Parts: sequence; structure tokens; C-alpha cells
Amino acid sequence: MNAPTYNFAYLDEQTKRMIRRAILKAIAIPGYQVPFASREMPMPYGWGTGGVQVTAAILGPVDKLKVIDQGSDDTTNAISIRKFFEKTAGVAVTTNTNDATVIQTRHRIPEATLQAHQVLVYQVPIPEPLRFLEPRETETRRMHALGEYGLIHVKLYEDIARFGHIATAYAYPVKVNARYVMDPSPTPKFDNPKMNNSAALQLFGAGREKRIYAIPPYTSVVSLDFEDHPFEPYKHKACCALCNAEDSYLDEIVTDNKGSRMFVCSDTDYCETRQSQGHRGSENAAPYAESANA
Amino acid sequence: MLDVTVSSTAPTVRAPANDEPLLVAENLGKSYGRLAACRDVSFELYSGEVLAIVGESGSGKSTLLQMLSGQLTPGTGSVSYRMRDGVTRNLAEMGEAERRFLFRTDWGFVHQDPAMGLRMAVSAGANVGERLMAVGQNHYGKIRDTATSWLERVEISADRIDDAPRTYSGGMRQRLQIARNLVTEPRLVFMDEPTGGLDVSVQARLLDMMRTLVSELGLSAIVVTHDLAVARLLSHRVMVMQGGRVIETGLTDQVLDDPREPYTQLLVSSILPA
Ligand SMILES: Nc1ncnc2c1ncn2[C@@H]1O[C@H](COP(=O)(O)OP(=O)(O)OP(=O)(O)O)[C@@H](O)[C@H]1O
Ligand SMILES: [Mg+2]
Ligand SMILES: [Zn+2]
Repeated sequence: MNAPTYNFAYLDEQTKRMIRRAILKAIAIPGYQVPFASREMPMPYGWGTGGVQVTAAILGPVDKLKVIDQGSDDTTNAISIRKFFEKTAGVAVTTNTNDATVIQTRHRIPEATLQAHQVLVYQVPIPEPLRFLEPRETETRRMHALGEYGLIHVKLYEDIARFGHIATAYAYPVKVNARYVMDPSPTPKFDNPKMNNSAALQLFGAGREKRIYAIPPYTSVVSLDFEDHPFEPYKHKACCALCNAEDSYLDEIVTDNKGSRMFVCSDTDYCETRQSQGHRGSENAAPYAESANA
Repeated sequence: MLDVTVSSTAPTVRAPANDEPLLVAENLGKSYGRLAACRDVSFELYSGEVLAIVGESGSGKSTLLQMLSGQLTPGTGSVSYRMRDGVTRNLAEMGEAERRFLFRTDWGFVHQDPAMGLRMAVSAGANVGERLMAVGQNHYGKIRDTATSWLERVEISADRIDDAPRTYSGGMRQRLQIARNLVTEPRLVFMDEPTGGLDVSVQARLLDMMRTLVSELGLSAIVVTHDLAVARLLSHRVMVMQGGRVIETGLTDQVLDDPREPYTQLLVSSILPA
């Protein structure tokens, strides 16, 4: 039996052209959700088929691909998408943020500042920021068209009324290029400031909802808020137990069955790079530190 | 049925700031297939005036109100409105964005079904604050203060501000809907059967509150109702509709006490106790 043959990066050229046209339109209208004819992919929707299609459409043979899920290159989802493109496109892959030309992500933006030659592709489950309060698609489209965004503040108002502060920690709404309100989708608000004025092109693909949107390089991205409750990027009170970073997004990890915990960088590449540069956290003390105390 | 023998006349009309009408309807008509739901309706509404549109079910009241408030494109005729800047504009010639802006700032619309006019899953405070946020108010504390004072004004206790209207009674929902509309100080409020489906005692309280607000704020209003008691209590003028046409119009007391048209006589006698 012959092994199945695929076109480069799985999708046929006609489909890729269709997706590229949607991407170009999305870049031309920053933050605007462009409908596209999302294809069935050989993986379930929850696995980021929107992001996979965008990546397939922009990938070239010389690209170097990095795939992360929750900041990690080693989760099942990240590994299987990386393998998918290794197999179907034969592209080089990497876990190193600086080396990658295309980075597909779910949840996180890498800690290392992205560069002009890089493209960040987000997998998006729910692209519509107004969906929470207005289920009618015709109405949300009209609101975007007319720039009627009072409803977004209704959501933030509800947060403050209920919790005393804006409790939205993920999918925190932003205004792109002072025009369209956009849902960064499950990205933590910690990462919102990184979207603003980024040198890299940012593309968002929602497979099930058949939408693509974009933030072109050097575009303003403002997190919405109230004058008396300004946007505050989440700040951990701890530092990474492995690399001692104070400025990175941390995951809480249970370390034994007695419930001991530690905080470590969610961006594994960032953490490992720092450790290789000699940074040490509380759980990863270097031998010389111990001997110095002896 | 409300006791309308306790003669309470509608609030006094304030001297119009401008002798131009606030709203002008000309030859309004709308057909659905061969059914003329509404035909050839013309009238003028002046600032501070409350007009009631009465008639039996299916007579075209809601169709007319939808056209007047720019939610339904008229089949024939036009609606003009004197904007806050004093310039009278034809609604059909406004862009959609401008019309929607007008609808949620200088106008109000109170639905019979509060679920149509409220966000049932969102707190009362946010329901009232939404219009303010839509016009760019961006200070949570101030929005909340304004919402609180509006809730008090419609006799909803301030400690219910964080509750969603689905936890409210029918009468409270209707009062909340009114507060949500009035927060931007509109000059004209449309109401479609605002007391429909409420208990009589609840209706009475709501009507009383509406009367007070209309006169305190100098509001103009167009109220659709099939309940002549509502027309009696709230309106200065009445338009009687039958089969899509206006068959009689005049001062409320005149029309209700001394109807000229046989249909109106029937309407009055069948609804008002002798
Ligand atoms: N969208 C529509 N399509 C077809 N016919 C309609 C439509 N809307 C209203 N009609 C018809 O137009 C006529 C007038 O309806 P309208 O709703 O204006 O009456 P109404 O006076 O408000 O009645 P009610 O007191 O029952 O609310 C009715 O015969 C109605 O069936
Ligand atoms: Mg009706
Ligand atoms: Zn670390």
C-alpha cells in the first residue's frame, strides 16, 4: 500500500490561496474578523484547526516552525501539530523562540520579544468578543460595522460590580488600531501588552467559527478599561522556582502527592534559556550556592 | 380595569421651546402582501406632548410605532424629527449609524415584554448604565452613581442594583426598562403597551410613576395601548386606529368623553364602565 500523498503543508494550493486572501484582507483591516471557508482538518476542532489552516497557508519550505500550547513545546497538542507539519511540509522545527520564523500558539505569547521576520499564529476557539452578551450574529456584525462597543464595557462593568475589579483574566478585550474591538482569545491578559506595537505579524485563526483576523506589525492594541479601573496586566507575586524570572507568566505546579507546589515559567523555552545562562531559582539551586552557605 | 372615574388629567403641556413640531409623520403606510397593516397616517407631535394610539388588536398600532421610531422602513410616506440641534431631519435620509445613535440617546423605546428591552442576564446597574457606556462614558463610579439615582427614581431600591432583572417582578422590570431608557435624558419616548400583562394594582403604580416622570422631565411620548384608561391617564391627545387607518383624533378627554365615530363609541363603551 502506498503512503498517502499530501500537497505541501497538507492543504491544496487553491485552498491555501483562499486562506491567504482572507489573511491579506485581515491585515488590511486590523482586528476585523474575515469569514473564510474553513476546511476539515485531520484533527478535532479543539486542536486548533483554525491556527493550523493559517499556518499551512503561510508556511514555506525555508520556514522554521515552533508550536506551543500553554507556553510549552512539549504538550500533546503542540507535539502533534509540530509533527503534522514536519510530516506534511518537511519544514524545520524548533523550540527556540528566536530561531522560529512561524510560531503557532494556543494561550500564550512567548516571553522573548518577537522580531520583524516572525509571524505568530493564534489558535482561536471563540473569535467574537461581543458573543457573551449578544448571541445574535447579525447584531454583533452590525455593532462592529458601526463601532458600537458599549456592550464590551457592560461586561467589564459586570466584573467590577461582582468582584470589585475587572476580573477577566483571559480573552481580555482589546481595541485594535483604534477601530475594531478584538478578542485575543484564550490568551491571558498578562500577554496583552505584548500585542501592542509588536514587530511581528500576528494572525488569528478560528476553525469552527470560520474567522481569520490579524494585527499587522507596529499596530496599536489597547486593553479596554474604565478611567477609575484601569487595565492592570496580571503580576505574579512569586518568581520562577527554576530560573528566578520575575517578569514571566508562571504556572503553578503540584510537585508531590502531599500537595506541595511551585511556580515555574509557563514559557518553557524562556525558562530553559535562562537556566542555561546560569539563572537559578529556589528549587534549582546550583551546587556552588550550597557550598557557599556551608 | 383601572378606576378612571377618579379623574386624573394628563400632565400639563409645557410651552414648547420651539414652535416647530418635534416629530412629523406624513402619509405613513405599510403593507404585508395584500394586507394594509397601516395606511396614510399623518400627524404632528409637539414637544412635551403625549400622544396615545388606541385601537383593537391588529389595527396597526405597533406597525405605526415601529415606523415612527425608525425600526421599520415605511412602505409609503416619511417621518421627520427635530434633532437636538434644532434641525429637522427625515429619518429615511439618515445613515444607519446616526439613526441608531438617535434611538439610544434622544429617544427611548419601552416594550411590552421587558425581555425585549432589557438584558435579562445582566445586572440592573449595567442595564441602566449601558446607554451611558455606549456614548463613551468611561468612569465606573460615575456610571454606577447615575444608575443608582435612576433606580431610586423609578422606585427600585438601590440595594437591588447588582441583581439581574430576571430576579425582578414584572412591575419592577418595567420600571427598570424605563430607567434604562431615560438615563440619557431622551426627549421622546415610544411605548408599546407598557402596562400590558401586569396586575391592575401594579399597572396603577407604573402609570402614576410614568405620569410623574413625563411631567417632571417635560418628555414627549407616543404610547400605544388598547387600554383606554392608560390613554386617559397619560395622554393629551388620542389617535384611534381601525384596520390600519386613523379614524378619529383629538384631545384625549374629548375623544373619550364624546366620541364622534361609531367605532370609537363602541371602543369606549366596551372598555370603560358606564
Ligand atoms: N411582519 C408582519 N408580517 C405580516 N403581517 C404583519 C406583520 N406585522 C404585522 N402584521 C399584520 O399587520 C396588522 C397590524 O399589526 P400590528 O401588530 O401593527 O397591530 P396592533 O394594533 O399592534 O395589534 P396588537 O394590539 O395585537 O398588538 C395585523 O393584521 C398583523 O397581523
Ligand atoms: Mg401591537
Ligand atoms: Zn523560569
